[in-house]
Amino acid sequence: MSLATLESETLAQIAKAADEVALESVRVNALGKKGVISEQMKGLGALSPDERKTFGAALNLLKDKVTEAIAARKSVLARAAMDQRLASERVDITLPSRHELTGTVHPVSQVWEEVVQIFGDLGFAVAEGPHIEDDFHNFDALNMPPEHPARQEHDTFYFNAREDGSRMVLRTHTSPVQIRTMLSQKPPIRVIAPGRTFRSDSDMTHTPMFNQVEALVIDETTHMGHLKWCLHEFCKAFFEVDDVKMRFRASHFPFTEPSMEVDIQCSWKDGQVKIGEGESWLEILGSGMVHPNVIKSCGLDPQKYQGFAFGMGIDRIAMLKYGIPDLRAFFDSDLRWLRHYGFKALQVPTLAGGLS
Amino acid sequence: MKFTLSWLKDYLETSATVDEIAAGLLGIGLEVEDISDKTKALSAFTVAHVKTAEKHPNADKLRLCVVETKDGVKQVVCGAPNARGGMTAIVALPGVVIPVTGQVFAPATIRGSESQAMLCSERELLLSDEHDGIIDVAGDWPVGTLAAQALGLDDPMFYVKVTANRPDALGIYGIARDLAAKGLGTLKPLNAAPVKGIFDSTIKVSLDFPKGDEKACALFVGRHFRGVKNGPSPAWMQQRLKAIGLRPISTLVDITNYVTFAYGRPLHVFDARKVTGNITARFAKDGETLAALDNKTYTLSPGMTVIADDAHAEAVGGIIGGVPSSCTAETTDIFLEAAWFDPVRTATTGRKLGIHSDARYRFERGVDPGFVATGAEIATQMILDLCGGEASHLVIAGKAPETKRAITLRRDRVKKLGGLDCPWAEQLRILRALGFTVTDAAAGASCLPPTWRPDVNGEADLVEEICRIVGLENIPYTEMERPSPVARPVLTPLQKRMLASRRILATRGFNEAVTYAFLPSAHAKLFGGGTRELQLANAISSELTDMRPSLLPNLVAAAGRNIARGFADFAIAEVGHAYAGDKLENETLRAAGIRQGASQPKQWLGGTRVVDAFDVKADVLAVIEACGLTSSTMQVVQGAPPWFHPGRSGTVQMGPKNQIAWFGEVHPMILSEMDVKGPIVAFELVLNALPAPRQKGTAKAALVLSDLMPLARDFAFVVEPSVQSSEVLKAAKAADKALIADAQVFDVFKLPDGKISLAVSVTLQPRDKTMTEEEIDFTSKKIIASVAKATGATLRT
Repeated sequence: MSLATLESETLAQIAKAADEVALESVRVNALGKKGVISEQMKGLGALSPDERKTFGAALNLLKDKVTEAIAARKSVLARAAMDQRLASERVDITLPSRHELTGTVHPVSQVWEEVVQIFGDLGFAVAEGPHIEDDFHNFDALNMPPEHPARQEHDTFYFNAREDGSRMVLRTHTSPVQIRTMLSQKPPIRVIAPGRTFRSDSDMTHTPMFNQVEALVIDETTHMGHLKWCLHEFCKAFFEVDDVKMRFRASHFPFTEPSMEVDIQCSWKDGQVKIGEGESWLEILGSGMVHPNVIKSCGLDPQKYQGFAFGMGIDRIAMLKYGIPDLRAFFDSDLRWLRHYGFKALQVPTLAGGLS
Repeated sequence: MKFTLSWLKDYLETSATVDEIAAGLLGIGLEVEDISDKTKALSAFTVAHVKTAEKHPNADKLRLCVVETKDGVKQVVCGAPNARGGMTAIVALPGVVIPVTGQVFAPATIRGSESQAMLCSERELLLSDEHDGIIDVAGDWPVGTLAAQALGLDDPMFYVKVTANRPDALGIYGIARDLAAKGLGTLKPLNAAPVKGIFDSTIKVSLDFPKGDEKACALFVGRHFRGVKNGPSPAWMQQRLKAIGLRPISTLVDITNYVTFAYGRPLHVFDARKVTGNITARFAKDGETLAALDNKTYTLSPGMTVIADDAHAEAVGGIIGGVPSSCTAETTDIFLEAAWFDPVRTATTGRKLGIHSDARYRFERGVDPGFVATGAEIATQMILDLCGGEASHLVIAGKAPETKRAITLRRDRVKKLGGLDCPWAEQLRILRALGFTVTDAAAGASCLPPTWRPDVNGEADLVEEICRIVGLENIPYTEMERPSPVARPVLTPLQKRMLASRRILATRGFNEAVTYAFLPSAHAKLFGGGTRELQLANAISSELTDMRPSLLPNLVAAAGRNIARGFADFAIAEVGHAYAGDKLENETLRAAGIRQGASQPKQWLGGTRVVDAFDVKADVLAVIEACGLTSSTMQVVQGAPPWFHPGRSGTVQMGPKNQIAWFGEVHPMILSEMDVKGPIVAFELVLNALPAPRQKGTAKAALVLSDLMPLARDFAFVVEPSVQSSEVLKAAKAADKALIADAQVFDVFKLPDGKISLAVSVTLQPRDKTMTEEEIDFTSKKIIASVAKATGATLRT
């Protein structure tokens, strides 16, 4: 058989090989120990040097061609085999992924962070105080002596009397933190005090525990105009509106003088409230200039120092901002509620990224 | 506090509209809760005359009326039994909305007769529940007169919320004074000329209080009347009292109520013939009783002020009168009491007795001590006018408490404290209009507050008076200075950890809850609480009696409620406070969570399993890491507080005295006590117990990398069951601290002889050169020896 015939036949067999086994047998037939090409190689020794040179070169060329063709065919076959395997490995990708629990952050916590972002930017630190308070911090130092009528209106939770006759209370507001702050810090003071508060009251719109945020500024120059500005800026930032009309009404709190209550503009539609538009007013907080008696009871000179304080309900502003209808559900731990009104784990309010 | 517009106008000369007055009241601090103005609601309804009312030809119970209305004569079919010819009625004409139904009235044919209008009942107009017949208007009103006018309902009623500091606004005259200062009219002068008495009272008055307590009833002004006639009060007075929700009783009682609301001056009248001897204001005797006008009998105690005759206590001073000496229709001689009672004592007594009266409401806030005799004179004139008879000379005991005090208002103070620009002259005008006696000087004005303003005691109070009258809307917004151009951080490390705990738990699948800080006593006891010092004396319900000793009981209870709603396989967390005692340091901020049921709900991929202690162990360690600490520096030891499974729980600590967290399975006994379906695993971490962050500056420690490959060697140790894996790992690492980078357990199982097989993979990190086989063998032997020495472990063969 001529080399040309051998080449064309072998290459044809390679091209025809349907799988790796067939290809291997072609290789053995051609290049194996007893393969056609190997046998030809063995015959080289019997040829004359000249013939051997010419024929040998041709034979090597053939061997290389066949080797290359086998490798190429092998690669094609391997790819085809992989394609076939992958095709057989198809899954229904619409099946659900592995289930993971999706956590949420409570609206009270979310709003805590929002409020802190806003006031933090204005230099307000976050102050804290105990929930179990004494009369001094919760009432007396706040210009509410025992016989003060306002003290009766606080629906205070009391603990059992101690042996010395004194008895602790659950703080009825976050205002005792004002006292603790003034007793422990020197002016200028700018703090907010968010936290739990307690009143013996439970109905459609009241729960025995709720959350308030207090603000306190003490220095030598802050006045009512600053208070109004601070509240206005807060409301715009918090409710994320360009402007909101506010109504300031004279009022009375034992611990502020002058005092005012603050309403914000809102509209009601289908039971949903919208802040910053409409004709209705909604009371959101009480405020005023810290009463000189309060400043004095904290050991500061009311002739020198003045400032403002205000308090508002965190739950309440959360309800207003996020359209949450029922206060009582805040503390009910109903998973349906927590998952619906809760916030995503990484939805962290920032001033740069936006609060909501 | 309620009043009507016409009553207000008795004291305020004004042309202001209802809306203007309402806006004025709101601004000056008298919050308007409600204005009921029937003029508006009834504006579509008018007076009509019923000319005839005949039986309907086709119905026994209906009448066919001919009615003259403002739009001409109409035929009306009416079912009211009181419809009759000649009566004056209120008519609804076509197109009018009937208040009770909200429907527009349209003519209709009833039993073959056309009804072109409708005669209204009180209920149809939402005036009362009366629906037995149509309104029978009294008086001679022409056809077309507005219904509100004909029915005497055209006097708008204001309901204002008066803050506790403003007793003067608990009288209409005081409200008029505020409105006048605001510029909404002119305050009319008081009409309180003294009435000359014509005889000496046979009843004498004395004040009998221990020294130091004279303030209990500092002043008593009395007056004896003879020959009065008591009966129903005149219609105008009844109408006013009814309009503000008071029930007319008799002329004498109505006069005292009238003066109470008109001037904030409570009064009392005794039937003089029922008074034994003289009158004394004194403290009650222990156990003394009084049958009071609210038909209850009260047992009094010392310290309570009573008005007594020589036989009994006849009234609780400033709070309530008694039945025995009360006035009746037969009363002819009376004794009028106008006194001044101490606010604090009145409040205390009222609270103890549980009596809420209009008198107590005013006395405990502070009744004008300068108006005692004036009030008596006003009442005298009304009694003489309405009941006839003759009055004695005034009987006066004691004197008004001294309230005179001068307060200086500096000229710049309104600007500096109130932020308000208000001309000085205007400031002085306002104070004078409010009744202050003002003496101007260069440095400021010396102001004497009027006797009716016990709330004004300092310069800030004067600033408030001026700000509220000028209107807080006139204070310009004033920007606060930024303490730093770019805001500085404000949160404390603990606050940052609180936020980090919440967020990490949410990323790990926990739904954050906020539960009550209190719980039922039984639950508190299950979790180490229930001590007396943490129990409320006045709990709102038996479910909320104790402060929580831990966050876990409320979370477990919440799990129970959610299971009852059909939920399973969930995780709930809370970051909040728990209470170990009633002192500041006993209150700690904690992060806690529970996992219930399966780690994942049933799913096609399989792989779900029941939650276990190691789930919550991972949660605890993740919170610690999120708080900026390295959890591997903390010890995890066996066992936790008794509300955990004794064998499947652990404590994270930094030394035995500094426990940081507990985790594990909740004790099945606890779940059964709380009736909650398990399994539940839980953790609780005390954020206050975490050590302070160490890092100084922002740079991190330099990263040391080796070019040499780390290599791992596995060991199968056999240990006694009492040996803990942490000891084995600790000993393995201790074998060569420089070379051994890590050691991990990768398999644990129990051998047939009860011992434990612990498979440990140790990672060696060569530092400067590749290790030879001999060096590796040598290190392996050191590891085996170290573990054997520390734990008695042998190598499994």
